[in-house]
Amino acid sequence: METLLKARKLSKVFGSGCPLCRESTGPDFDTNVCPHCHSVVACNAVDFDLYPGEVLGIVGESGSGKSTLIKLAHFEWEATGGEMNLHRSALPEGLGELLADAADQYTRNLFGLSQFQQRQVRNALMGIVYQNPFLGLRMNVSSGGNIAERLLGAGWRHIGKMRERASELLEKTEIPISRMDEPPKNFSGGMQQRVQIAKALSNNPLLLLLDEVTTGLDLSVQARVLDLIRSLQREFQLSMLVVSHDLGVINLLCNRTMVMKHGRVVESGLTDQILQDPQHRYSQLLVASQL
Amino acid sequence: MNLQEWQAQHQNESLQSYNFAFLDDSAKKEIRRSLLKAVAIPGYQVPFSSPEMPVARGWGTGGLQITLSLVLPHDFLKVIDQGCDDSVNAVNIKKFVAKVAEVNSTTDISEATLIQTRHRIPEEPMTEEQILVLQVPYPEALREVEPSELETRRMHAEGDYARMWLHLYEDIVRYGEISISYRYPVTVNGHYIMDPSPIPRWDIPKLHMSEHLSLFGAGREKRIYAIPPYTRVEPLEFEDHKFRIEQFPVACSRCGSCNSYLDEIISDVDGSRQYFCSDTGYCDKRSA
Repeated sequence: METLLKARKLSKVFGSGCPLCRESTGPDFDTNVCPHCHSVVACNAVDFDLYPGEVLGIVGESGSGKSTLIKLAHFEWEATGGEMNLHRSALPEGLGELLADAADQYTRNLFGLSQFQQRQVRNALMGIVYQNPFLGLRMNVSSGGNIAERLLGAGWRHIGKMRERASELLEKTEIPISRMDEPPKNFSGGMQQRVQIAKALSNNPLLLLLDEVTTGLDLSVQARVLDLIRSLQREFQLSMLVVSHDLGVINLLCNRTMVMKHGRVVESGLTDQILQDPQHRYSQLLVASQL
Repeated sequence: MNLQEWQAQHQNESLQSYNFAFLDDSAKKEIRRSLLKAVAIPGYQVPFSSPEMPVARGWGTGGLQITLSLVLPHDFLKVIDQGCDDSVNAVNIKKFVAKVAEVNSTTDISEATLIQTRHRIPEEPMTEEQILVLQVPYPEALREVEPSELETRRMHAEGDYARMWLHLYEDIVRYGEISISYRYPVTVNGHYIMDPSPIPRWDIPKLHMSEHLSLFGAGREKRIYAIPPYTRVEPLEFEDHKFRIEQFPVACSRCGSCNSYLDEIISDVDGSRQYFCSDTGYCDKRSA
C-alpha cells in the first residue's frame, strides 16, 4: 500500500531563529526555547507517513508541538521548513494535474502552494475538529448552515440538496434533525463537538485531523464521541491524524503512535507496542503516569 | 466647444482661479487612471485619493469626482436622486457641475451623455455613447459578513465567497427567501462579488450585458469600480431559490406604466395611497 500523506522534516520556529536553534533545543536539553536567540522551536524535523485508512496518533504533554503539527498540516500556519506531499490519486480531477510534477506519483511540496491552492486542497480532502468548538463552528449561524458553509465553499448551490446532506450528517452524529436550524451556541459541549464532526465530514474528506477532540467533555460524553469517531472512521475508511495527551484516547483510536516532547518525535511505533513496552524515558514516564 | 475655447472665454470670470470642472489636472488624471484600472478589472475596487470636495463626504462625492473628471463642455448632464431629477441632492450637484464646467443639463435620458445617479438606474435602456455614474455609500459587498478590510481583500483575491453564500443560506432558512431588498450582491464577469450600490432589485437585471458603461464611486470609502459594456452581471442565487425582482400590484397613477419601479406616496390630506414612477424623467416622457 502506498502512503497517502508524506511529511518530511516539518519545522516551525516562532521568533527570529538562529543557526544554533535546532542543536540547542529538544528533549536532551529539556527545553524548546533556544538559549541564544530565544526563539521557540515548536516542532523540528518531524517525519511521518500516513497510509490510507490509517489512524496515526500524536501524544505528548502541553507545548510538545503536537497541535503545531496539525496546524501545519491544515495550512493554518506557515511552516518554517519541511515538505508535505499527497498521493496524487487522492486528489480530485483537475487539482491533481495542477499540483503534480509530470512523472511523480506525489504532489509537489504542498507548503509551496499559494493560499488559494492550499484552500482548494483543504476543501477537497481535509476536515478538522478542534478541541474548542468556537474555533471550528460559527456559533451564531445555524448548525445546518455550519455544515452548508463547507459545501458552499466546494461549489454547492442547491439549498435543498445541502439541507439533505446536512440532515444526513447530523443524523449520523446523533443530533436531532429538529434542531438543525438552531445555532450551536444553544447546544451542550458534547453536541457542539458532534456538530463540528458533522461539519468536518461534510465534504467527504480523505483526511480527518482531530485536535484534542474529547478534552473538556465529561467521561460519558467522551466515550460517546469516541465511539462515534471510531464508527465513522470504519464506515468511511478515513485516514486520521489524532492529537491527544490522553493515552486512553490514543489506545482506543490509533493504529500507530508518535510520542512528542519539546518539538521532537522521541518514539514512534505501533500503539500497543508503545503502551506495553515504551523505550524512551519520556514515553515510559507517560505510560507510568497513566491512571 | 473644446476645452481651449472654454478656457479662453472664461479667463476673466470669478471662477478663473479654478481649473475647468473644479478638480485640478493631476487630480483628474489620478481619478481617470483609477477608472481605467477599474474598467480593465470589472468589479474590482480600485483605491483612489478622493480629495476634499466642496460637498461633505457621503453626499455623492465619489460620483461627483468621477463626473468632474470625465465631463467636457459639450456634454449633456443628467443627475438623478432615487430616480428624481428635482430632489435637492440632484439639483445641487447639477448646479455645481454647471457652474464649474458649464455643461448643458437635461432630464431626458436619451439626450444625456453623462448620467450621475443615486440609488436608481433609469428605466430606459442606455446606449454605448452614454456613461452612468453611480454614487456608492458602501463599496464592500462582503462587509455584512466580514468587518476587516484586510480579510475582505483576501477573500476577493482568493474567490473565497463561502461566507457570503452562507449569509444568503441563513436568510432562506430563516425567512424562506433572501431578504436583501437593495444593495443585492452580484457576481461581475464570473469573478468578483460586487456591491451594485443601493439600487433596488428591480435595477439589477439592467446591469447585465448593458450597452452603457457603469462607473461606481465611493468618496468616503475612497474606492472606484466599474462594469464595462457587455459584461455579465449575475445576482447571487441558488438553483432552487432564484433571484426575483419586486412586483407591483398596480400601475403608475400618473402615466399608467405597468413596467417601471413605483414609489408609494401617501397623501397628507386623506391618507390615501398612490403609486408613481420613481424615474421622473421616464414618467414625464410618457405623460407628455
